[in-house]
Amino acid sequence: MTRIAYYPGCTLKTNARNFEASTLATAEALGIELVEPGRWNCCGTVHALAKDDVMHHLAPVRNLIRVEELSNKGAIDGKQVVTLCAMCYNTLKRSNQVFNQDSDKRKKIRDIMTKEDIQYSGNVEVIHYLEALRSLGWDKVTARVVKPLKGLKVAPYYGCLLLRPRGIGVDDADHPTIMEDLLKALGAETVEFAYSQKCCGSYHTVQMKEAVADLSHRILKQAEVAGADVVAMACPLCEYNLGPRQEQVKKQYPSFNSIPVVYFTQLMALAFGLDDEATAFEANRPDPSPLLKEKGLLE
Amino acid sequence: MILRTGPENKRYRDRVKELSGENVDLCFQCGACSSGCPMTQEMDYLPSKVIRMVQLGLEEAQEAKTIWVCTTCFNCEVRCPRGIDIANVMEALRQMVLRKKYNRVSLDDLSPEELRELPQVAIVSNQRKLTA
Repeated sequence: MTRIAYYPGCTLKTNARNFEASTLATAEALGIELVEPGRWNCCGTVHALAKDDVMHHLAPVRNLIRVEELSNKGAIDGKQVVTLCAMCYNTLKRSNQVFNQDSDKRKKIRDIMTKEDIQYSGNVEVIHYLEALRSLGWDKVTARVVKPLKGLKVAPYYGCLLLRPRGIGVDDADHPTIMEDLLKALGAETVEFAYSQKCCGSYHTVQMKEAVADLSHRILKQAEVAGADVVAMACPLCEYNLGPRQEQVKKQYPSFNSIPVVYFTQLMALAFGLDDEATAFEANRPDPSPLLKEKGLLE
Repeated sequence: MILRTGPENKRYRDRVKELSGENVDLCFQCGACSSGCPMTQEMDYLPSKVIRMVQLGLEEAQEAKTIWVCTTCFNCEVRCPRGIDIANVMEALRQMVLRKKYNRVSLDDLSPEELRELPQVAIVSNQRKLTA
């Protein structure tokens, strides 16, 4: 077992428990043990973009200190930390970059964080679970598949922070293939659709749900037109806006056909033949199980 | 809108440039940011127009609804042929307003059901972006 640190973030413990359960189970099936630090704090969810902002780098850096402590104790191999939520990934990775590239901010952050047992070295590497899988090798993923997702047409949805800004994302910002590569490794058929990288409306879902439903409708409609049975994603906020928000979409667009939305890790768990606790489809809205039964992938 | 070009306009432009870290003078108004923006239907001024207002040092830039509607998805950043991260400029404009203790939104407007149902990541990022 390779041991890698794992930073869950807030939503993975509540709304997105299905994302976490399917990730931990599929990682274990592939010989990766994801080690959660004994304590961690909110990443801040959004990167501190204002150039004079130091304060909002503290929360992400504090989490990186937790990872470094795991490494110092010998609880993990190497110094990587795996994230699942696209916002955690972006925030931790960008603050890590600021810490390493801006000596003035680095000094200020260190001067403020005097109560930590260790000083952060800057050496932790923040990766997304998709990147961990790519490093492992798609052939290794395929080797673990017992139930290929034959005949399932999947639209991979990247959204924004998994890919942007340029140089920060998990793959090329214009032509990403990482999710397609994974889905093909699982035996699924991937469909290209125009809005795979368009924003879902993000945090505006709190006060502007009509506007977010407009965006969700556009994205899901494109996936449907492209022939997708299901949309795969990698962010709990996207999942909420494209999943449960479909109820709002139906109110605004009565002719809208709902389409299941699942985490890529749930499709992995399904293809690996793992149990219900690992696939955790019961938490998804709309329910993907009728479709998966129809395709002969679920009993 | 009245166009002025006094020292106060230069000061305003320089302040946005400093806070965003972006050289807005590079913009030549091609409109690629606006054409790729997913939220334009909710905006009063297109993102490229807000950039033009900043170039001219017009404080009206921070009165635009546009800066609050921006989702910081960085589509504009990827598309800009001049290398401007427009999302950073929007953030600078928001910060210039928020730092005067302005709150754009309040969680008090939400019902207990909505608060229970929304994922934390949505609520925390919403408050981070839109409140002082």
